[in-house]
Amino acid sequence: MSSARAGTTPWLLAAPGALLFTALVLVPLVLTFVLSFHVYDTASGVKDETTLAHYATILTDSYFLNIFWRTLRLAALTTMLCATIGAPEAYILSRMGEPWRSIFLLAIIGPLLVSVVVRAFGWSMLLGPTGLVNEVFRALGLGTVKILYTETAIVIALVHVMLPFMVIPVWTSLQKLDPMVEAAAWTLGASRFTALRRVVLPQVTTGLLSGSLVVFGLSASAFAIPALLGGRRLKMAATLVYDEYMHELNWPLGAAIAILVLVINLVIMLAYQRVVEARARRTLG
Amino acid sequence: MGFLTLDGLTKRYGEAAAVSDVSLGVAKGEFISLLGPSGCGKTTTLQMIAGLVEPSAGRITLDGRDITHEKPDRRGLGIVFQSYALFPHMTVAQNVSFGLEMRKVPRAERDTRVKQALALVQLAALADRYPRQLSGGQRQRVAVARALVIDPPVLLLDEPLSNLDAKLREEMQFELRGIQRRVGTTTIMVTHDQSEALSMSDRVVVMEQGRIMQVDAPYRLYESPATPFISTFVGKMNRLPGVWRQGGIEAGGRLLPCDGAGLAEGAAAVLAIRPEKIGLTAPGGGVIDGCIKARFFLGSAWFFTVETSAGLVGVSLPNAGAEPACEGEAVGLAWSSASAKAGRPEGVLSA
Amino acid sequence: MSRMHRNGPIALLFHTLVVGFVLAPLVVICLVAFTPANTLTLPTTQVSLRWFAAVFEHPDFVASFLNSLWVAAIAATIAVVLAVAAGLALDRYDFRGRAALNALFLSPLMIPHLVLGVALLRLFALLGATGSLVWLTAGHIVVVAPYVLRLVLAALSGLDRSAEQAAVTLGASSWIVFRRITVPMILPGITGGWLLAFINSFDELTMSIFITSPATVTLPVRMYMYATESIDPMMAAVSALMIAVTAAAMLLLDRIFGLDKILVGQG
Repeated sequence: MSSARAGTTPWLLAAPGALLFTALVLVPLVLTFVLSFHVYDTASGVKDETTLAHYATILTDSYFLNIFWRTLRLAALTTMLCATIGAPEAYILSRMGEPWRSIFLLAIIGPLLVSVVVRAFGWSMLLGPTGLVNEVFRALGLGTVKILYTETAIVIALVHVMLPFMVIPVWTSLQKLDPMVEAAAWTLGASRFTALRRVVLPQVTTGLLSGSLVVFGLSASAFAIPALLGGRRLKMAATLVYDEYMHELNWPLGAAIAILVLVINLVIMLAYQRVVEARARRTLG
Repeated sequence: MGFLTLDGLTKRYGEAAAVSDVSLGVAKGEFISLLGPSGCGKTTTLQMIAGLVEPSAGRITLDGRDITHEKPDRRGLGIVFQSYALFPHMTVAQNVSFGLEMRKVPRAERDTRVKQALALVQLAALADRYPRQLSGGQRQRVAVARALVIDPPVLLLDEPLSNLDAKLREEMQFELRGIQRRVGTTTIMVTHDQSEALSMSDRVVVMEQGRIMQVDAPYRLYESPATPFISTFVGKMNRLPGVWRQGGIEAGGRLLPCDGAGLAEGAAAVLAIRPEKIGLTAPGGGVIDGCIKARFFLGSAWFFTVETSAGLVGVSLPNAGAEPACEGEAVGLAWSSASAKAGRPEGVLSA
Repeated sequence: MSRMHRNGPIALLFHTLVVGFVLAPLVVICLVAFTPANTLTLPTTQVSLRWFAAVFEHPDFVASFLNSLWVAAIAATIAVVLAVAAGLALDRYDFRGRAALNALFLSPLMIPHLVLGVALLRLFALLGATGSLVWLTAGHIVVVAPYVLRLVLAALSGLDRSAEQAAVTLGASSWIVFRRITVPMILPGITGGWLLAFINSFDELTMSIFITSPATVTLPVRMYMYATESIDPMMAAVSALMIAVTAAAMLLLDRIFGLDKILVGQG
């Protein structure tokens, strides 16, 4: 595909971008990594001495462990809910006729482009004590339920924000599926359910898996949703980092937490790439 | 020395040679076809002439000028790509005008020449359309006009008809040849379609595995193929194995008359004869008898496969308007000894 | 679609609930924005534009909106230039370090914005560059350029190279081929990439919240700060305006490129 005469041309073309990305991605990450080993003193700020204390604190202090546990728990719950809602929805979408298919696909993945702050604000109105959800509960005689500033609110909004990231990969793998394959299973005597389970599902598992990894990674590092719907006390990893940087001013500790979040994310993304590569290998034979 | 000369042209990719030692002289105004199966090196040869592929060895001269290492944008050759490679964001007129713009031809002259070129390919009415609004045949004409408008010394056609459907392909064969005759541009066409090569060219160059196997006028190529490969690649050929005896080949217990200069008595040999050179007679009336195994109606002709003691023989008869022999019928096969040739099993069929 | 591929009633009910869930918060925002009341209530008897008017009388919001517009437009434009150059290098040439460069350019997609935010905060603090709109924009370029690069690479790999060869054989130099043939042919990818970059930059909160100063606060950051302090219908009005802007950009994207194609690349 590519012409072989490489020389310096590709480097000249890529140089401006490469410089910018090195200066604004690699260098800051290294600086932050180094910062996470610096001693912090409330009186005098960041010192030049190095220490492992921040990592030790995060990994032993029950305050931090609780927040990490909540982060992983809510991210896992969000992932499960997204899979159980997103996969069937992608399947239903794929079976719709035009123009409905395009319209609803747009409706489902379009909100991806609306600012997270806007969506979080929308949910805080819906879930608040005087919000629409509680109006319905009261009308049904269930009384007012506290939803806003609970884990439930965080999970509902996270599912809302992450759902497109699940629908898209499942939709993509369904697109590659020959619609006649399912019909072939029926003609061979399989029931609708059996055809779905034995023929369709195995072919979308890679989509489902890669969607799950993306949703989990993004949920675990989400900031706006827990900040606006979790209130001051229900913290997750990202809001914790924000607090350490902006309120406690303990940058080294915040940096250590951020590095941990990054490591967890990179592990997930590497797993994601393995999934994609395995799929590519399988389809190539 | 020709107008365009290839001298020992070779292209190697690593160890593998895509084209080896191709030498060819093309006269001014000639229409030459490079014919061969895919992977035979014909397209690579064309691309080396165009300057899109750098030769590993050899020389290309155009009108006495060595252009082997000249940049493609300096050669000034006209090229029609297999995909047509029209510029999708430009109208038909803009596509045709592009090469003239690059030559800094003044506006007024450009307009007249574009008009002339479009008139030549009968597209004057569609000058303001975009390529996506055209049919396959129309796109092809645009590509031809775009290549010819710059008055190239040589026109290169890379499988120009392969993207058209059968009916259109036949029409365009005649039209392309007609345009080439009118303009008189030296033309080299790459094709894998033997009927295209035979009907359009002055001379056909048959290539196989990167080498030239035969260069001849279409009629000579068909009548005297240089190798068994060419005999079956260009047209159909019956090949009946047997033993050479004086005056013919002995096969299936019969002496089949044929031309067999230079063969020794008793040597293993193969008789080669084209299906249309064989006639059907009553049993016993020909050189060998057989039974019709299958019959196909092709419109202008009938095609039979006849089972004989010497092997399966294909026979083609023009459609004379009456229904000929049926499947299962016993027939005799007749041919003149001049229309059949004998050769060594893997050897050369004729000198 | 054939008859046997139709969705059953249960599937359609499920689908209705999902679509309702997805659209509910956005619909509520757009309705509440028109309330005449002082609290977050749905307008029942009459609609009012008073909260939209309030947004435009709020200098902070206007300033932040202009900041966001400026940052997003500049970041998207520079990202397009960088991505087209880098895309050509990655698509057209085989050279040592190609894979590493590719990974570098796509790395911001794998790094949480939170981490990029604290990392850039550290860098800017050391440089004394906090509060600079230029550096903020540079940060945004890094975040949005990968989206552009992916679309440009897709457009380049789908390009019929023989059109470029045809132009060369007709006498065009490499610069003219690039300007007259390559760029027009990948223009949908470039335009789609610019719009996607613009939207992503315009909406970006998590990284920006670390690297904005009072003078450079962008609209999402302003809204976040406003929402954590007071909640009144003006917030709904701003949100409704943002939804409107996004929807307009989205429809444009859909026209140019097919939104599903772009977003499928985003997952």
